[in-house]
Amino acid sequence: MSNLLSIIIFIPAVAALILALFLRGDDAAAARNARWLALFASVASLVVSLFLLKGFDPANTGFQFVEDRPWVLGLHYKMGVDGISILFVMLTTFLMPLTIGACWNVETRVKDYMIAFLLLETLMLGVFTALDLVLFYLFFEAGLIPMFLIIGIWGGKDRIYAAFKFFLYTFLGSVLMLVAMVAMYWAAKTTDIPTLMTFKFRHDPIAVLGMTVTGGLQTLLFLAFFASFAVKMPMWPVHTWLPDAHVQAPTAGSVVLAAILLKMGGYGFLRFSLPMFPEAAHLWTPLVFWLSAIAIVYTSLVALAQQDMKKLIAYSSVAHMGYVTIGIFTVTQQGLDGAIFQMLSHGFISGALFLCVGVIYDRMHTREISAYGGLVNRMPAYALVFMFFTLANVGLPGTSGFIGEFLVLMGIFQVNTVVAAVATSGVILSASYALWLYRRVAFGPLVKAALATIQDMSRRERAIFAPLVVMTLLLGVYPAVVTDITGASVGALITQFRANVPADATAVASN
Amino acid sequence: MSDFSIALPELILSLYAMAALVFAVYTGKDALTDALTWATAGLMVALALWIGLGQSGTQTAFGGMFTNDAFARFAKVTILVSAAAVLVISRDFMARRGLGRFEYPILVALAVVGMMVMVSAGDLMALYMGLELQSLALYVVASIQRDNAKSTEAGLKYFVLGALSSGLLLYGASLVYGFAGTTLFSGILSTVSEGVPLGLLFGLVFMLSGLAFKVSAAPFHMWTPDVYEGSPTAVTAFFATAPKVAAMALIARLVQDAFGGISGQWGQVLAALSVASMFLGAIAAIGQTDIKRLMAYSSIAHMGFALMGLAAGGAEGVQAMLIYMVIYVTMNVGTFAFIMSMEKDGKPVTDIGSLNQFSKREPMKALGMLVLLFSLAGVPPMLGFFGKFYVLKAAVDGGMTWLALAGAIASVIGAFYYLRIVFYMYFGAEVDGAESRMVPVQWLALVAVSATMLLGIINFYGIEPAAIAAAKSLVG
Repeated sequence: MSNLLSIIIFIPAVAALILALFLRGDDAAAARNARWLALFASVASLVVSLFLLKGFDPANTGFQFVEDRPWVLGLHYKMGVDGISILFVMLTTFLMPLTIGACWNVETRVKDYMIAFLLLETLMLGVFTALDLVLFYLFFEAGLIPMFLIIGIWGGKDRIYAAFKFFLYTFLGSVLMLVAMVAMYWAAKTTDIPTLMTFKFRHDPIAVLGMTVTGGLQTLLFLAFFASFAVKMPMWPVHTWLPDAHVQAPTAGSVVLAAILLKMGGYGFLRFSLPMFPEAAHLWTPLVFWLSAIAIVYTSLVALAQQDMKKLIAYSSVAHMGYVTIGIFTVTQQGLDGAIFQMLSHGFISGALFLCVGVIYDRMHTREISAYGGLVNRMPAYALVFMFFTLANVGLPGTSGFIGEFLVLMGIFQVNTVVAAVATSGVILSASYALWLYRRVAFGPLVKAALATIQDMSRRERAIFAPLVVMTLLLGVYPAVVTDITGASVGALITQFRANVPADATAVASN
Repeated sequence: MSDFSIALPELILSLYAMAALVFAVYTGKDALTDALTWATAGLMVALALWIGLGQSGTQTAFGGMFTNDAFARFAKVTILVSAAAVLVISRDFMARRGLGRFEYPILVALAVVGMMVMVSAGDLMALYMGLELQSLALYVVASIQRDNAKSTEAGLKYFVLGALSSGLLLYGASLVYGFAGTTLFSGILSTVSEGVPLGLLFGLVFMLSGLAFKVSAAPFHMWTPDVYEGSPTAVTAFFATAPKVAAMALIARLVQDAFGGISGQWGQVLAALSVASMFLGAIAAIGQTDIKRLMAYSSIAHMGFALMGLAAGGAEGVQAMLIYMVIYVTMNVGTFAFIMSMEKDGKPVTDIGSLNQFSKREPMKALGMLVLLFSLAGVPPMLGFFGKFYVLKAAVDGGMTWLALAGAIASVIGAFYYLRIVFYMYFGAEVDGAESRMVPVQWLALVAVSATMLLGIINFYGIEPAAIAAAKSLVG
């Protein structure tokens, strides 16, 4: 099947269209139909994507399942996956049915809500599979619209501020990337991503406004892309939109944001920054390292001080993304494998943690940590699940969180021990804020009167958490499911990078 | 005879306008408005079809004063179709506000004749003639609601400032004539190819200033918000569409046909106008509470982007400008179809705050507007993004990366105020807000345009090859 990818990508969009055009009415029946259709579409997308995984050849480092059709302006509608992107496609298709299940008891404007999520799924899948620069940008940017609406319509009290901040922050980063893309088109005369990955952009110094830019065109392009991906990732100090967006977004919105949307930044570094601008990436590696190291320590400390559960998890996300950027820019097999692994694992774990918050938020309508305590007495199943994901977030061996962090730290120790030492301290800090959060919410006597009648998880909620627990454990005890698929593509990426930047040069620059 | 046959579409439209005027005066007067509106729109569409499908090649007439090439045809089709669309969607609005005068469609027809002459001009005289025919018709329609102080004010302001800009343009034209010894574009082109006298440069700058006024590029934009606000919404819709295309095409023709050899000289002027317009449009719109004023600033910003394409120079720049203008005009037709329908208790409202929670009252229209607003902001995957992409690409290709960067930043600032309307419609507080009363044709315009913005990305409906041919015929 030559258009398998398009089928996976557009199933949700078609379902959204059906919902928009043919589903009338606001009553309970219409809402139920909307939910089931959305769930059905996202499961269908997941099922078809399993065929993709089955047909994927991990030994092949090129792009597979490629579709290529001419489009306007010499652009192409070109899609494909390699060992790096296929896992993000799987992550998206896997998480979306759970996300839709998680918003089952939303009551306001159910149809619109489902449409927004289905469109978002299409756009996210498009980002991970697009092989044309402009097509990529199209999906990357368009994803802002449904997310803007999800936060703005179904969000919390300060949703307007959060929605605008989210949109404008990411939009600013992205338009700089757009200018860089136009410049790349101008320099390379193509927007084909596989071709651009092998194209050598000039890196001799040039003068801009009287200043000499080391690394020349590559530096400028790298920084423009960096602006976009760093905001999306988010890296310190441009992470401030994330806590706001997370806190105000509805539970399902937070899950998608943390689990999938943040991964676009990391994916962008892997797909664009490393292969296309190797010299500039090498030049700016120390900056990325230190920004990430600061992010790990600083945002972990900030997380310690939070009163709001979602905000705490949001800051912890920023810290965990710090490991991802460090891992990517080590350009070692362990570092890159670890970064990809960490992104997938964080997708499951942070998604699950936001769902955990959602479970009690649905019952108590507050996210204040101080409003809880002693939940283990009334909600044993919930306490168990929450405990599991808290420990996974800390990086307990046996869960996927451990593998990702460990691989990244192994990678960075080979390259830069100082940064590695700073980053490792983040493991301890994450244990302190996560376990402390857990203690305050779940343990202790149940004294709050409001909690006296709280119910444990329903069957639907258990069904949502079960696959996440399975995946976290599976990746934790048998990480080869991931590394077998990524290995060859990551190897090829490193080989290509080293062809431009020899390894010993890296060691000299970063020490 | 052949001269007349080349300019036959213009002749037909002007003869029709005069005949219709005489006929209506002596018979039913305002009772004929509906029939005249449909007839005028129908004739325009028929002419557009004829020009677009039935003509080819490059012909000149009247000793080079009138050129009919692919570029002129592209602009004319855009002008005719958008003018017809605006006439049709505004019919009901005008009738219900007691503005259903038979003169309106006729004046629009005459303005369109002027625009068609503008885009075909091959000579400074023809340029001025077309421009004034257009402008005079526009001054009158701006104040068509003559018992309304704001509308009268709009007409007067437009006239006074318009006359000033015509003066600048004429002064510039006379300087150019004085130094080149001819008013023919081809003659000016051969003069500047042998060296550029300083006086000729002065003339060029004066002419560009006059024309910048017509496209409402900053810093010659001051009239725009007042005129947009004061004129009846249907008239504003017309101002925002066809005349902008005509004036932009005229600038392209002037700088390419008459001053093609010295793109370094006018490129900088246009780039400066472009940056000023983009930023002024984006920043000044933030504080607006009236949707018509907001659209005025929005059009200023959009003109900045279109000018960026022209400033970049070359066939690619012209092509980018043409595509940008087509997309811009389409978006505006849809947006104004909606703005015209906004009312409360039978009275038109233009306050943005009245759109609070509009999406609950009218989900379909709100969705249409959502698409249009994101498209105006240039967010993919709407067509508006591709318009911006074209001009940014042209700017980078033309060696003006700084201009592209400025445009990118301006578009982020601009996104804010479009989002603000979305914010009111979807997230706003529950208040007793505006309603939207639409006749089917307005609804069709809104839905069709928003669908176009989404589906157009598949292949642009084939306007791309036409724009390439048009740009080639102009730049060669």
